Amino acid sequence: MRVLVVEDDRETAQFLQRSLRESGHAADVAGDGETGLALAREGRYDVLIVDRMLPRRDGLSVVQALRAEGARTPVLILSALGEVDDRVKGLRAGGDDYLTKPYAYTELLARIEALVRRPAPEEQVTRYSVGDLALDRLSHKVTRAGEPILLQPREFRLLEYLMKHAGQVVTRTMLLENVWDYHFDPQTNVIDVHISRLRGKIDKGFAKQLLHTVRGAGYMIRDGAD
Amino acid sequence: MTALTRLLSSTPFRLTLAYMGAFVVAAGLIVGFIAWRANDLLTNKVVETLEAEITGLREQFQTGGAERLAAIVAQRSAQPGSSLYLLVDAGGRKVAGNLNRVPPELESARQGTVFKYGRGSEEGSSAARHAVGVPLPVPGGLTLIVGRDIEDLHRFAGTMGQLGLWSIVLLSVLGIGAGLAISRSVLRRIEAVTDTSRKIMAGDLSKRIPLHGSGDELDRLSENLNAMLGRIEELMAALREVSDNIAHDLKTPLTRLRSRAEAALRNPDGAASYRDGLTKTIEEADELIKTFNSLLLIARLEGGAVAESMTPVDPASIIGDVAELYEPVAEEAGLRLEISAAKGLAIDANRELVSQAVANLVDNAIKYSVDEANGSAGDGVARGSIGISLAHVGERVEIAVADRGPGVAPEDRERALARFVRLEKSRSRPGSGLGLSLVAAVARLHGGSIRLEDNRPGLRAVLSLPAGGALVSTAGAPGMTRVPGGQTRRV
Repeated sequence: MRVLVVEDDRETAQFLQRSLRESGHAADVAGDGETGLALAREGRYDVLIVDRMLPRRDGLSVVQALRAEGARTPVLILSALGEVDDRVKGLRAGGDDYLTKPYAYTELLARIEALVRRPAPEEQVTRYSVGDLALDRLSHKVTRAGEPILLQPREFRLLEYLMKHAGQVVTRTMLLENVWDYHFDPQTNVIDVHISRLRGKIDKGFAKQLLHTVRGAGYMIRDGAD
Repeated sequence: MTALTRLLSSTPFRLTLAYMGAFVVAAGLIVGFIAWRANDLLTNKVVETLEAEITGLREQFQTGGAERLAAIVAQRSAQPGSSLYLLVDAGGRKVAGNLNRVPPELESARQGTVFKYGRGSEEGSSAARHAVGVPLPVPGGLTLIVGRDIEDLHRFAGTMGQLGLWSIVLLSVLGIGAGLAISRSVLRRIEAVTDTSRKIMAGDLSKRIPLHGSGDELDRLSENLNAMLGRIEELMAALREVSDNIAHDLKTPLTRLRSRAEAALRNPDGAASYRDGLTKTIEEADELIKTFNSLLLIARLEGGAVAESMTPVDPASIIGDVAELYEPVAEEAGLRLEISAAKGLAIDANRELVSQAVANLVDNAIKYSVDEANGSAGDGVARGSIGISLAHVGERVEIAVADRGPGVAPEDRERALARFVRLEKSRSRPGSGLGLSLVAAVARLHGGSIRLEDNRPGLRAVLSLPAGGALVSTAGAPGMTRVPGGQTRRV
């Protein structure tokens, strides 16, 4: 995918550009808000990474301007301001996700991939399936190889989120934010225990593991051994 | 000299002077008015008596002629008293009476006039007495003067006037003296405030303004200033403590991080050891970032600058959600979460922050319960329980998290809520030591408090928050999932 990084710190921008290229994505860099807005208007990008504090034009106003022009390119806002109201402001301005500095690159990558591959609002999927695991969003039923699996409501939502992003890395923070709606970092790694419990229900007794741990990044549900 | 000018230019003294000025003018006006009215009244009275007498004398003249009039005037003049008479002929010669000549004031007068005359032995002397007289032309070229001595009245009025003047002078002197005294005492107290503030500005924050003890407005002002100083001193101390702690608690991991990177670099094994060193460095950095975020959050909460999103929330749903998040961890540690929540309560709160506070309490409870079980958790045997309860106590909603861990000694409880304090002093235990102080900051932000109690055995942490208005009953029951904001915005 094509990524536009709007970031004024040269070193950070270059690090992101290099890392994104290594991950197989094309990345351009804009050093200030005006340049970023001009590049984004061309509409060639799949996702924008916009820093909040930029010279010439701040990040939020860049996003606002783009949204006002009808551009729907997904935007990840980066910021050193991480309080609840800062995040709300960022999302209200038209950002799709909000990541606080300093961040781990794996986290950023997982988030922009989730943003790009999310389904458009009109194509509401009611059924997810990965391999022989199937989840029905309307009837709240989960089956593996045709056998029904009983899940707690939260486990259902956890699995739903993982399956929606099947084949993508989903980080612990993403799970906390989207499944629990918590934006703080619990001191203990509570998510790992929830995952292992879910794994016990959907993978236990099956030869093929579907729920994978991605070292140093998070989790991924996918069909396939590699 | 400077002290005197300061006294003379002080506000109370200037006020006294202004007041005294107004008082003297008012008193002078009143005394003058009374004197004028009294004089008028007395003179009129005398003139009236004179006119009555003149009427009588005129009747005598009409019946008995000039001789009779002269005889009566002579007779009346002989009587002692204050009545004055003089009858002169056309040539100005005295016919009868006790006055010797026509007073110059009356020579051309046609009505009652004040005049001066000398009496008896004092004849001719200029130290004359005051009198009121009415000239009356009598047919046949005669002129009759009837008068009344008013010297006593005049003297009395003079004395009264002087008395009035002197009282005003005395009052002014006394007033200014009292003003000076009052100014001095007020000035001295204000000087004390000035002195104290000067000392504080010079750096001694422990100085306080001395109180007078009378509880008047100056005392109350001083009390308030003292309270303000106390708060400032407290904040300064807290600030100093924070910077000390930051220096200590952030420098230690930073040093560790640095030496780890250095060690990895020195290691001759090459690539593998680099990888290992870098991984550990990143882990260490992440911990540092967490600590830093907590610190910033606490500072922000204590600054009271979080104005956003205080909404009515059902506390039962908060503890339900947090318990649900931690339930698997507790179970793995062999602990049971026992929830007893009162229903239908509401608090005005930031859901995220209160959730984080409760999560910290539960996190702590699990950590310390596991320690108590010698750390050999995970074998699935329930060895204890953690009680999470929600109750309505008076005007407050109390969320209590109770464990069966080692507890906290009563004397350490206050300190346990301070930043960075980890009581057992083992820096090896995970966690930044900011958990409880974050809870305390969240409590304060919501107008509540946190207290630590003995759970006999164990610790019972009680988060007490003010009960809020009625809840618009849409929040889920404990354990029920709510649609998180993150999800809705993605649809």
